[in-house]
Amino acid sequence: MHGRLIRRLFGSVMTGATYGAAVLAILPLAIILAMLLVKGAGSLDWNFFTKSAVPVGEAGGGFAHAIVGTLIIVGLACAVGVPIGVAVGIFLAEFGGGQLGFVIRFIADVLNGVPSIVIGIFAWTWLVKPMGHFSALAGGVALGMILVPILARTTEEMVRLVPNSLREAALALGYQRWRTSLQVVVRSATAGIVTGVLVAVARVAGETAPLLFTALGNQFFSTRVQGPMAALPLQVYAYALGPYDEWHRQAWAGALVLIMLVLVLSLVARAVVRGKRQHA
Amino acid sequence: MSRGDVVYRTVLTALALLLPLLLVLIAIELVANAMPAVSKFGFGFLTHSTWDPVRGEFGALPLIFGTLYSSLVALIIAVPLALGCAVFLTEFAPRWLRTPVATLIELLAAVPSVIYGLWGIFVLIPLLRDHFWPVARHVLGKLPIFSGVFYGPSVLAAGVILAVMVLPYITAVSREVLLAVPPSQREAGLALGATRWETVTTVILAVMVLPYITAVSREVLLAVPPSQREAGLALGATRWETVTTVILPYGRAGIIGAVILGLGRALGETMAVTMVIGNRHEVSASLLQPGYTIAAAIANEFSEAVSDMHLAALFMVGAVLFLITIIANTLARVLVWRVARGSAVGSTAI
Repeated sequence: MHGRLIRRLFGSVMTGATYGAAVLAILPLAIILAMLLVKGAGSLDWNFFTKSAVPVGEAGGGFAHAIVGTLIIVGLACAVGVPIGVAVGIFLAEFGGGQLGFVIRFIADVLNGVPSIVIGIFAWTWLVKPMGHFSALAGGVALGMILVPILARTTEEMVRLVPNSLREAALALGYQRWRTSLQVVVRSATAGIVTGVLVAVARVAGETAPLLFTALGNQFFSTRVQGPMAALPLQVYAYALGPYDEWHRQAWAGALVLIMLVLVLSLVARAVVRGKRQHA
Repeated sequence: MSRGDVVYRTVLTALALLLPLLLVLIAIELVANAMPAVSKFGFGFLTHSTWDPVRGEFGALPLIFGTLYSSLVALIIAVPLALGCAVFLTEFAPRWLRTPVATLIELLAAVPSVIYGLWGIFVLIPLLRDHFWPVARHVLGKLPIFSGVFYGPSVLAAGVILAVMVLPYITAVSREVLLAVPPSQREAGLALGATRWETVTTVILAVMVLPYITAVSREVLLAVPPSQREAGLALGATRWETVTTVILPYGRAGIIGAVILGLGRALGETMAVTMVIGNRHEVSASLLQPGYTIAAAIANEFSEAVSDMHLAALFMVGAVLFLITIIANTLARVLVWRVARGSAVGSTAI
């Protein structure tokens, strides 16, 4: 009996330890969000969103160039990555049963694990080096290449959620296979696919490493995609490492804007997915 | 099939083939651009530790060492925590708490790495330097891995940040793996008189520590109907043996896979590490000293490379990193797929 008691006590202690682990895991998130709010919120004024960087010593610089830059680069990434990624996802869900599907699925997962900085130097060899200069276009393509494998997998999952009876009904009505696939199956998975896109975009919007040698960054406002362009994460990186307090202040503010963008996108996406899965 | 069907399938297949093409192209570009360094330094590149762009001498040992070392530190911190979280989420947490806690942990993966870096510079490093180390020095100061003066930017800081960053991945995949363990096995453990915790540890600990089970006994066990298995096994074997043998086939591979997946993430992580590790080309076992990683070196030096050889050397370390992460990911996915078949590993944690 004594041994039993000790074992049960041990069990309770270890159970408590797993509660502790969960708390410890969430703690950094809470601390980071709190710090961003404390250090960043004070600097979010009108100037921050409307002005570009100013020379050190002058007051009133902002992140407008970086915010616009991020929107443009992420837009380019979507233009490149979303159609391909979604198409590959549909392929995996519709024709992915065989050998080829297995291979593609596997490679998508492996590509997901390739460090983003490696994608960055690859984009450099293909776009920056031949063109002779850094460009937002190269940055967008680099982020697009990161989007493709993520989207392939999330799209596949979403298309697979569509009940088979729907497909059978369409085929029974005499629909051709491709029309069944596109107009019935994929269409009813649209909400899920869009959610997957939002989550993936949230992830690449925060990527810095692939932009270092592609979009490069820019202290000036620019919307020219053939030239270097600023981006939020690049600007936060540059300012965080800089020596001036003013820069650090703005880095925190930029980080706050960046994380709001990312968290809002991922939370909205999650909410939609959860609702969708419960219905399916 | 109609012509429309053929076209549809062909177009989708062609687009899908872009993925393997991309993987191959990345490999080719890395190797082709690294060739000057390969032919000049050969294998010595991997074992020398001089990195002097001005004199054109390049040895990648400090980078490779730093990459592996900081990731190892990260795993040592993150794995127990992540497994604790996964067990909490699948076994102990009240149902209403599971989804919110899982979501919060997954959100850790959504935080951009540059923000981790910012946090590392201005919060974590001062915390470690001014509060952790002055206290911990009395206990840990004599250990060789804590030798030297602590200025802040260090392998330790990088390891802690990486631990936070990989934690959600390991948690998410381990959780998937644990969810794949059939309830009947769990019930069997409990029915045999094990406490809840003992049942869980036999899922995890046993599966990681005791790698021993014969294929025959496994097949025999699986062929027995669950109800009889519970009773029958209890009569024939000790409880420990029973529970471990029943649960063993499931979790081991998957959890090791989860850890390797986390390792792959840690190895390739760039920005946060670059910002806190101190960026010094030196092999030092002390966690308090600055180090350098492959990804950080590429981030810092690539756009300012002083010569073609410098660039080639960076491509070569890039190729090494690419190779290591490909191996890690392949291994991880094979292991996890054995448990949770075909699931998009870590996709929930993106």
